[in-house]
Amino acid sequence: MTTETVVRPHVQNFIDWAADKPEVVVLSADLTNSAEVGNWRDTYPDRFFSVGMAEQNMLSLAGGLAREGYQPWVHTFAVFIYRRPYDQLAMSIAYPNLPVRLIGFLPGITTPGGVTHQAIEDIAILRATPNMTVLETADATEVESVLDVAHGVSGPVYVRMLRGVMPRLFPREEPMQLDRVRVLSEGGDVTLFSAGILTEDAMRAVAALRSHDIHVRHVHVSTHKPFEDPEIVRSMESAGAGVVSAENHVITGGLGSAVAEKIADHGLGKRLIRIGLRDTYVHGASRAYLARKYELDAAAIVRAVEELTGTSTGIDTDELEHVPLQPQGEVERSDSL
Amino acid sequence: MTAPATDTAWVERTEAVATGIRRRVLKHVLDKGEGYMSQACSSAEWLAMLYTRVLRLAPVEAPLVTGEFPGVPGKDNPEYHTGAAVHGPPGPDYDRLVFSPAHYALSLYSVLIEVGRLDPATLDDYNRDGSTVEMIGAEHSPGFEVTSGSLAQALSQAAGIALGRKLKGEQGKVWVALSDGELEEGQTWEAVATAGFLGLDNLRVVIDANGQQCDGLIDTVSSLEPMRERFLAFGASCDEVDGHDLLALDEAMGRPSDKPHVVIARTDPVRGVPLLAERAPKIHTLRLGNDEVERARYQAAYEAMLP
Repeated sequence: MTTETVVRPHVQNFIDWAADKPEVVVLSADLTNSAEVGNWRDTYPDRFFSVGMAEQNMLSLAGGLAREGYQPWVHTFAVFIYRRPYDQLAMSIAYPNLPVRLIGFLPGITTPGGVTHQAIEDIAILRATPNMTVLETADATEVESVLDVAHGVSGPVYVRMLRGVMPRLFPREEPMQLDRVRVLSEGGDVTLFSAGILTEDAMRAVAALRSHDIHVRHVHVSTHKPFEDPEIVRSMESAGAGVVSAENHVITGGLGSAVAEKIADHGLGKRLIRIGLRDTYVHGASRAYLARKYELDAAAIVRAVEELTGTSTGIDTDELEHVPLQPQGEVERSDSL
Repeated sequence: MTAPATDTAWVERTEAVATGIRRRVLKHVLDKGEGYMSQACSSAEWLAMLYTRVLRLAPVEAPLVTGEFPGVPGKDNPEYHTGAAVHGPPGPDYDRLVFSPAHYALSLYSVLIEVGRLDPATLDDYNRDGSTVEMIGAEHSPGFEVTSGSLAQALSQAAGIALGRKLKGEQGKVWVALSDGELEEGQTWEAVATAGFLGLDNLRVVIDANGQQCDGLIDTVSSLEPMRERFLAFGASCDEVDGHDLLALDEAMGRPSDKPHVVIARTDPVRGVPLLAERAPKIHTLRLGNDEVERARYQAAYEAMLP
């Protein structure tokens, strides 16, 4: 069995999910089909509101709707949620702790749309925003199950969302859960934290390394904030040679920083190699090209593990591309032992 | 032609409230040495109109006595309440007021005291550490329902509230108090366009067009004219009136409309305290220094307002 490829899971799933939730309304700023809610609009025209290409107004208006008992699900590109209208996000939504759901598409290098469309510092900014819950999806199962997670939070939620074609890395029966990491493989040599699209690369890297007798404890993160699952620190404590983080984001303020903070807060004294964008913007090109150019791929993860363990496996790009991937259920967590 | 006496019996009371606003703010400036005086001068009549004539609000049992700051909103602070408590319990037929120019807080607190919704001792807590009676009001401050001090966000938030109330079939209106300077923010026009597009006829706006902003005269900072035509072009209905003329305000604020309705109240930032004109154009705040002669003149102005 290999991983399944799923096409646009959010489209129908969000329609089905919202059927019995009349408080859920959608706001769109001229990116309705681009944010995969065109069919949603046609299914629930009375619960869909176009506010035009005006994101500042959209976020403040969402705050007003939330005050009246509605649950606005803002759908647009991530950059138009946290960059352009940040003051509105902070003052009209986050400060009053309102249940607005900010569904941000096109994380990092997933779009060839260039610097204007690539959200590369969203997690850093929203992690620093009080009252925000910050979620990220890595596959179809998370895109589907993130709806229930966000719905269950009483305050504002940011979802770093995937669209279009994506793998199903995790079994359907293992939905995303708030502030709960997935331990995808066990190993005492290195502990690897990954999130979003880097998790697929991480799974390839971990499998290839295992065939070279290097055993990595792989922890997948879908809740960036809160980041309190005890499994996080336990997985760090068992890291023999050190810790690696891998994210489709700048290494400042995102997953790598969150991991570093935990290591420091708990006095664990582990080496950490952070894979991600290194204080740079990106430009418009294919995901494969950008992943290679900016070293956001399985090969970069292998090199980091080799550096920490002082080994040289000879694993090359060709080997990584041919690693058979299987849907990865959770292995036993430390707390379930 | 003389209007029937019953039609204008309210005027005397509304005038008294307007005078009371200026008097309380001037007293505060005399006591504390500084305050937002010109805003009270310009806004006193339309504020008095809102609270004595326009807003349909539930009665309150007694003037609200404010407590200590309850902490910011958050999941660990379920006790947080907004300053809308002074407006009485909300209901589908009651109006709401979203107050945008948060630096007018001193005037808003004063009108609430004048109409018996806020304890007169509240102003003792103004700008005191640990109190909710903040200098720039936030949503825990009396009279405030949203956090509006980052100007131009309140109109959009009010549009969201108005949309929600329409969806629920509520009949009450959502009033918004704006200042003219914040019309320079692009978000204001995004909000007006959206409110018109969404048909929010339950949204009503009064603008204190006093021609002043922090840097001085608006005409020296930017361009906002022709203001009425701009609102009409963006999809609202609009009246432009002398903001100190109670009868004109009454007609404009009460005008039925099938669109978002905007009342531009053209106001005078030194109305009722003409002494203030000597400091023009620097009248955004009034700070009394060590000039005893000037202080005595303001004291005399205050005493002239006493009933």
